[in-house]
Amino acid sequence: MSVPRFWRKQPQRYNLIGTKCETCGTHYFPPRTLCPKCRREGKIVEHKFKGTGKVVTFSIIRTTSEEYDIQTPFPVAIIELDEGTRMTAPVVCDINEIHIGMPVKSTFRKIVSDGPSGTIVYGTKFVPA
Amino acid sequence: MRDVAVIGIGLTNFGEMWDTSFRELCVEAGVKAIEDAGLDGEQIDEMFVGNMSGGRFVLQEHIGALIADYAGLATNHIPSTRTEAACASGGLAFRQAVTCVASGMQDVVIAAGVEKMTDVSGGETTDALAGAADREWEGIYGVTFPSLYAMMARDYIHKYGLTREQLAQVAVKNHFNGARNPIAQFRKEITLDVVKNSTLVADPLRLMDCSPVSDGASAVIVCPLERAHEFTDTPVKVLASTQATDTISLHDRRDISTIDATIAAGNRAFKMAGLERKDIDLVEVHDCFTIAEICAIEDLGFCKKGEAGKLTEEGYTALDGKLPVNTSGGLKACGHPVGATGIKQVCEIVQQLRGDAGKRQVNGAEIGMTQNVGGTGATVVTHIFGRT
Ligand SMILES: [Zn+2]
Repeated sequence: MSVPRFWRKQPQRYNLIGTKCETCGTHYFPPRTLCPKCRREGKIVEHKFKGTGKVVTFSIIRTTSEEYDIQTPFPVAIIELDEGTRMTAPVVCDINEIHIGMPVKSTFRKIVSDGPSGTIVYGTKFVPA
Repeated sequence: MRDVAVIGIGLTNFGEMWDTSFRELCVEAGVKAIEDAGLDGEQIDEMFVGNMSGGRFVLQEHIGALIADYAGLATNHIPSTRTEAACASGGLAFRQAVTCVASGMQDVVIAAGVEKMTDVSGGETTDALAGAADREWEGIYGVTFPSLYAMMARDYIHKYGLTREQLAQVAVKNHFNGARNPIAQFRKEITLDVVKNSTLVADPLRLMDCSPVSDGASAVIVCPLERAHEFTDTPVKVLASTQATDTISLHDRRDISTIDATIAAGNRAFKMAGLERKDIDLVEVHDCFTIAEICAIEDLGFCKKGEAGKLTEEGYTALDGKLPVNTSGGLKACGHPVGATGIKQVCEIVQQLRGDAGKRQVNGAEIGMTQNVGGTGATVVTHIFGRT
């Protein structure tokens, strides 16, 4: 991923900062700048998520694109955050440990690096809570 | 709106076509469709080309012009447009052609679909396909297409208790059909054990739960129904053409293992055709992974949610069953050159309704349906066809 494309999403990726619509009270992560429920009536503000939630569903990735292949096998999950929104993220745990309903919390981790001398992308992964 | 008919179809072989280029594949399918319709290229008014990712797989953009040029139609200066909706790019090209003729804008229109996926490495292919999901919030974590469908499968198994055997039976059935299709990538029957013992790709999905990486092209010619008999004795009428959209990310869906866009597109198609589910004689659905076929059968309304696994196990969807599903071999056995798939599905239904499907022929097939999915269900295109 290009440097500016990653860089402009740094606050969101590093600190789990999403958005909230003050009109209808819905939380959004990944962040949205337009509320799909209220559209132009919505008032979108920044919201820092607590980072706790549970696993809705998951898979163990055994093969992926070259830059991530070194990490395989690794669990990936759809996490439902306590605020009610869902996101996709890797879970750092034993591949036999992850299960539906497992409580998790967010943690700051390296996601991927662009070769030995390229940019390192950091962001949010989850660990068992 | 005018009624529209399919008057010609053309398919290349699907598979690892290392000695054939992207443009050659598409022109081969197009020429076959023109010959099938008994047309002269001069009579083509407009062209749509479905292609997901020429820019990644062969580093070529401007696909509409490229194909028109190599089809010998550039000197006629006809409009030629590329359509893109990930793995639904072909279905979308066909829908654009139907809309174009139905509106009265043009008379004879060709829709083609093409993808050349084997010119790049496996890792590059995986990465290109990941672009059909949300790159910033799914792809960034190394999330692959098999893993997204695996998360759907896990959710489905958790809610409805689908067995490993039921899931594997989808692949066994589709390979049985593919073994009877001369253009299929895998013309070989397989057993349940072969699926159950194949390598894990993204748990719980194994290699034999996944459609292959393929090269291939497909083409279809449409014209107003009232003119169809000028070209062919066996036109196939387009009874419905619909498309629906949902969230790009799987995590934002109302229900992880239900494709709401299939429900919406399907409902609109049955309404447009004025038909009920029991009127459908056979259906080609988007089985990019075995779980996708299970979901498609349910989301199109052929049975209740949670029942498709049992129906598959009982042979309901087999070639000789009550509702044959994926008589072509589906994406699983026929191959899945992503941009070509949606139009290949149309070609299969047309062959079946003409009675030209050889060893795959469904006796007395009169009405057939197609369902083509982009990504994990963010785009769905459905069509219903009838014998004339
Ligand atoms: Zn709102």
